[in-house]
Amino acid sequence: MSAIPQPAPLVQAHDLAKTFDVSPPWLNRVLEGKPRLLLHAVDGVSFDIARGQTLALVGESGCGKSTVARLLVGLYRPTRGGLQFDGQDAHAAFRTREGHNTLRRRIQMIFQDPYASLNPRWIVEDIVGEPLKEHGIVTDEAQLEARVGALLQSVGLAPQDMAKYPHQFSGGQRQRISIARALATQPDFLVCDEPTSALDVSVQAQVLNIMKDLQRQHGLTYLFISHNLAVVRHVSDQVGVMYLGRLVELAGKNHLFDNPRHPYTRMLLDAIPKMHDIGRSRTPVSGEVPNPLNPPTGCTFHPRCPHANARCKAERPALLSFQGVKVACHAVEEGRI
Amino acid sequence: MSLLQVQNLIVEFPGRRGTLRALDDISFEIAPGEILGVVGESGAGKSLTGAAIIGLLEPPGRISSGQVLLEGARIDNLPYEQMRRIRGRKIGAIFQDPLTSLNPLYTVGRQLVETILTHLPVTPQEARRRAIGLLEDTGIPAAPQRIDHFPHQFSGGMRQRVVIALALAAEPRLIVADEPTTALDVSIQAQIIQLLKRVCRDRGAAVMLITHDMGVIAETCDRVAVMYAGRIAESGPVHEVINQPAHPYSMGLMAAIPDITQDRERLHQIDGSMPRLDAIPPGCAYNPRCPRAFARCVAERPDLMDAGATRAACWLHDAHAGAHA
Amino acid sequence: MTTGNQQGWLHRAWQSDVGYSFRTSPVAVAAAIVAFVCVFCAVFANVVAPHNPFNLATLELSDAFLPPAWIKDGIPKYLLGTDDQGRDILSALMFGARISLLVGLASVVLSVVAGVSLGLLAGFIGGTVDAVIMRVCDVMLSFPAILIALLIAGVSRALFPNGSEYLAFGVLILAISLTGWVQYARTVRGSTLVERNKEYVMAAQVTGVSPLRIMRRHVLPNILGPVMVLATIQVATAIITEATLSFLGVGAPANSPSLGTLIQVGGKFLFSGNWWITVFPGAMLVVIALSVNLLGDWLRDALNPRLR
Repeated sequence: MSAIPQPAPLVQAHDLAKTFDVSPPWLNRVLEGKPRLLLHAVDGVSFDIARGQTLALVGESGCGKSTVARLLVGLYRPTRGGLQFDGQDAHAAFRTREGHNTLRRRIQMIFQDPYASLNPRWIVEDIVGEPLKEHGIVTDEAQLEARVGALLQSVGLAPQDMAKYPHQFSGGQRQRISIARALATQPDFLVCDEPTSALDVSVQAQVLNIMKDLQRQHGLTYLFISHNLAVVRHVSDQVGVMYLGRLVELAGKNHLFDNPRHPYTRMLLDAIPKMHDIGRSRTPVSGEVPNPLNPPTGCTFHPRCPHANARCKAERPALLSFQGVKVACHAVEEGRI
Repeated sequence: MSLLQVQNLIVEFPGRRGTLRALDDISFEIAPGEILGVVGESGAGKSLTGAAIIGLLEPPGRISSGQVLLEGARIDNLPYEQMRRIRGRKIGAIFQDPLTSLNPLYTVGRQLVETILTHLPVTPQEARRRAIGLLEDTGIPAAPQRIDHFPHQFSGGMRQRVVIALALAAEPRLIVADEPTTALDVSIQAQIIQLLKRVCRDRGAAVMLITHDMGVIAETCDRVAVMYAGRIAESGPVHEVINQPAHPYSMGLMAAIPDITQDRERLHQIDGSMPRLDAIPPGCAYNPRCPRAFARCVAERPDLMDAGATRAACWLHDAHAGAHA
Repeated sequence: MTTGNQQGWLHRAWQSDVGYSFRTSPVAVAAAIVAFVCVFCAVFANVVAPHNPFNLATLELSDAFLPPAWIKDGIPKYLLGTDDQGRDILSALMFGARISLLVGLASVVLSVVAGVSLGLLAGFIGGTVDAVIMRVCDVMLSFPAILIALLIAGVSRALFPNGSEYLAFGVLILAISLTGWVQYARTVRGSTLVERNKEYVMAAQVTGVSPLRIMRRHVLPNILGPVMVLATIQVATAIITEATLSFLGVGAPANSPSLGTLIQVGGKFLFSGNWWITVFPGAMLVVIALSVNLLGDWLRDALNPRLR
């Protein structure tokens, strides 16, 4: 308990959910008698991100972390739940012209694929300059050039590079251009969707270092999506583990890595091949991530969990606070593990 | 005697802007039953090495010099028919994407049986029995029923197990695995790595494991070769290369990998990037980025030389000249 | 300044992979030269043609039915012979080619504009808009092209029996373009669906760029490759369609004959031994269509990354 009142978090997500209708076309459904198919990509996710901090979301395929990223930047509208940005309802603001423009300036995104995230037919100056022109931050050509040059320098590229095309750059350099573009409007909040997954290890190190430096310089808040827990350990302050659209554990970085609570988190940490554990033999957990279209009942992890009981099969666990971390697990709640 | 010997292999791609040398004088050996890891970043040439060994280089790429010897006999200069017979019988292959490695139109059983019958002198019934045995051994539940399923009826991890079974079907001596776990989830990765180790040990097959993931190498391999710009920078026992790398590139690489067991404020980074094939610097390919480069590094290209417990292509370890700091 | 952008694009194109492919393909170069010659003659027919076949004052009826110059009775003044009214066939070819090319190009331009726009909308917006546009395409494809063109041309003639020449051309161009736009719409829709899911489009959305601007400035430049190939080949198809319509009598008006009209008019004299009146316009048509088709084929292969 601290005597100093904590400032309100910049981003607050409450019970966010997104369901996609992936049913076969209407005619097929009628003729073949197939039912509607709903994909619950995100099923009730809540978290807070304080200003200047980094929340990392990790999970395997189908866990919904990319969908959460897109919900947070307004590319999708939530099926249920709400998002507060700087104290205001974000999705309501997106629907107003003024709110939309403000939020688009303050929230930006960096993507995974450095080869698809830059328009191959545009030169770098136009790519990085587009947000500046769109939001009226620059009014003439000279200003544009100056701003773009400064942005490129801040990510370690040369201002002359603005005349080149994306295919003339390597993957790591392209990712830096993406970062420069994202920073053009001086945003407060940056959503990073697996920004280094497609990069080589040595290039990844460069990009991660730049991202950390920029965060310190500009007081940025990050939501960092990744499946690589080692990278997450390096960049995050808080970590959320997702499984089939739900948060199973949400904890400070050191808590999570030194003392993981949820069985899935433990399994995940154990499954990662570690460089300095040479030749270690271990028994990995059995099974695979179930089909998200047909998730198990109750706690979706119960088929693979060594601690599952009857309650786990029937009842979905809520994300509860437990010794400073949040865990969604009946076994933890009941003190069984 | 080594199972596989690669000697001074050079692979080139003639193109309209000149000939690009993608692999420049690669030499290494794999002993029977050993697991060798080939690690490197994109563009280093590790996949090309695998392709050259199996004989699946895409034209216009070609082996312009050097030899590949399997059990003492040359295989790089064989005519297509003979190489086809060796592929599958003596060398098995596993690729990255399990979805495209299997023919979607045929059942898994048919593909397995076809491979077995092509290379081994057994009856069709015996082949089917062996196929079921292979599926069981690679951990596919209800193998006698699932053998007649199609690839799309298996999940990603299961499909990769089928691919491993297929690679082992003709009882090869060597398996070339190119990024076999990269497309899989972390938890499945662990299962597949364990499986690969076990079945290869059980059958005495050697493995050439090509990947960019050092963690996978650490867990699986006996020895590792680190590639850079089409050359081998360092090779040696896995434990030594990871903990006591001798080549500055290996040192930089190990330091740049984020460690899940400890907090670090900044990741060590290697400035610059791997040179493109048409712009490889003279002398040692790593010299522009190397913090310890000196005059000889630019002038002469180093070959692999003894560097303590490993072998590194670096003049810092030249025993005949005094080492420069 | 955006120095790399416009300056030297021709030089860049020549040096690029596509330019290299062009330079080293004898078929492409030959086809390009032939097509260029035809287009040049057509555009500058006023200047290049030895005579003006439509200036009644210069016609000499006594020169009618002269065979080509290399045959007995032919004279060098009329290289390819004359028709029943003493008009020089070579000059008529050039003026006829001009009409054919004009109509062909105009209808392709119209097809491209309509097809690309509808394809972009269908691919980008999806949902009901996509379904409606695609069903319209399906319906249009189930009608034979010539039938549609005949229908439109016939109906307009009935509605405006005394319509001006420009109306006739306008209807002709409209009729031909209506038969061609569907291909563009479908191709562009497919390419748009692919581009739409790429991250640079999402980045533009996150920046707040409006969907219309994204379609126009981001997606459009990236999908034009297949459109260019299609358009090149469709020019040939359009010219032939126009020739067919003119042959059937519902195409270009008689006083500005296109190649098709010339073929039709000359057909009457084929069996009386004056073969050159119909054969040369036919040959010209084949040459133009063939060279444009070959160029289109080369372009498709050059732009296909896998064949490089």
